[in-house]
Amino acid sequence: MPRLSVWFVRCSLIHLFLGLTFGGLILANKGIPFAPWTWSLLPAHMEFLLLGWVVQLAMGVAFWILPRFRSSPSRGNVNYVRGALFLLNAGIVMVAIQPLIGANWLSLTGRILETSAILLFIMTSWRRVKPLEV
Amino acid sequence: MPLPTRMLIKTALVYLMLALLLGILLTLGVPNGFFPVYIHLLVFGWLTQLIFGVVYWMFPKYSNQHPRGWEALSWITYAALNIGLILRAIAEPLQTSHASNLFGTLLVLSAILQWLAGVAFIANTWQRVKEK
Repeated sequence: MPRLSVWFVRCSLIHLFLGLTFGGLILANKGIPFAPWTWSLLPAHMEFLLLGWVVQLAMGVAFWILPRFRSSPSRGNVNYVRGALFLLNAGIVMVAIQPLIGANWLSLTGRILETSAILLFIMTSWRRVKPLEV
Repeated sequence: MPLPTRMLIKTALVYLMLALLLGILLTLGVPNGFFPVYIHLLVFGWLTQLIFGVVYWMFPKYSNQHPRGWEALSWITYAALNIGLILRAIAEPLQTSHASNLFGTLLVLSAILQWLAGVAFIANTWQRVKEK
């Protein structure tokens, strides 16, 4: 597994932990109310699990296993993928903390960063979706 | 394909079927208390459980002696995820329509079990995520 995939997958595991912890608190509060503020964790719960866990894991595994190029760099432009890793995680954190601190611009900025991350990733991965012999 | 993977994937497929059936019932007018159950059957019971199964099978070896890490952790993941999710599927709609201490306690137990499933999975997977 290449180093960047290790980073993607480990970040996705951290997001899984955070998403499940927040979800667990929300569900437990639904059962026995102890802290009404847990409902404010709902956007972060969804963001961490859908983008942080599922999408990020898929990106890490795709970077690892998609067919490689014969010429170097064999997995495409590594700087783009490194940028995608950074932008995705920065975006997720911004979107997740926005309801907690209330700065509306964070959500929009976070979404733009997430979209930019996916765009960078697609730019690198598109040509790797090919027959093995090419 | 190792046994925990087969169990995780086959159970995930069952949840996919159940979620889609519940989706039909929701469209027919089953009360809204079932909507969170529908979402979690799909996202946790199907998608996440499928990922857990494939990761346990395909990720790099932990060691020659324990290529897939600690099998006991995969069984803890499987049991906690499914008991937790089933408890949720039963208790959450009941808590919405007939709130009681029993259903509330079952929801807390469900939350703990689902969290535990994730922690056991992460504990077993973390060391297998490594550079070659």
